[in-house]
Amino acid sequence: MAVCVAVIAKENYPLYIRSVPTESELQFHYMVHTSLDVVDEKVSAMGKALVDQRELYLGLLYPTEDYKMFRKLHNSYTDVMCNPFYTPGDRIQSRAFDSMVTSMMVQVC
Amino acid sequence: MADAALFEFLHTEMVAELWAHDPDPSPGGQKTSLSVLKGMGFRVGQALGERLPRETLAFREELDILKFLCKDLWVAVFQKQMDSLRTNHQGTYVLQDNSFPLLVRMASGLQYLEEAPKFLAFTCGLLRGTLSTLGIKSLVTASVAALPACKFQVVIQKA
Repeated sequence: MAVCVAVIAKENYPLYIRSVPTESELQFHYMVHTSLDVVDEKVSAMGKALVDQRELYLGLLYPTEDYKMFRKLHNSYTDVMCNPFYTPGDRIQSRAFDSMVTSMMVQVC
Repeated sequence: MADAALFEFLHTEMVAELWAHDPDPSPGGQKTSLSVLKGMGFRVGQALGERLPRETLAFREELDILKFLCKDLWVAVFQKQMDSLRTNHQGTYVLQDNSFPLLVRMASGLQYLEEAPKFLAFTCGLLRGTLSTLGIKSLVTASVAALPACKFQVVIQKA
């Protein structure tokens, strides 16, 4: 169960960002930014390391993530890319993507 | 093999349609049609660049990405692998296809040589689009010496 989902473009701006509405929403946004640095570190450190199926996932930042969740997210993102009405670089407005993210987010009633 | 024919026919019609409505036979008009084809190829390449590598391991270096183009991308779109890949190890790659499926039905030799570039524009865009999604900015040009063999030159742009 996620509390925040973000899709960041290659140019480091968010294509999609959604969090569980609590007071610390801004904190989530900052966390997304710092996690970009971690991603950068991991990518540059990969080099000639042993290649592993999960490399797309780049490993866990905290030991609570779910690899299956990432795969669902990646598959939905691929579907968004294949939508002819979507131009790469736009904010993601697909309702299907939204509902997939909703199913992954923590339920806060 | 019916799938291959579908794309070939669609591509042929795309080229024919762009040239049929082009009232400007001068090089300027030609350029627009070629740009349109390249643009289409680019967008398709962007989507394929996300979809195809799903089960592939993450790419470790530039050469891996080029090999992916020559094997996986070419097989997905043209049902065959690229025949040769050469590089100068300084950002330029030459991909050679000795029997390019979009040219194979046209001629075998020098006939229709001037028409060949129209049928390569989409594929140039396709290569550039796929590379773009995989994080590489590039310039792709194609050249034909004798049908149906053609070469695609990929020059990586350092930002």
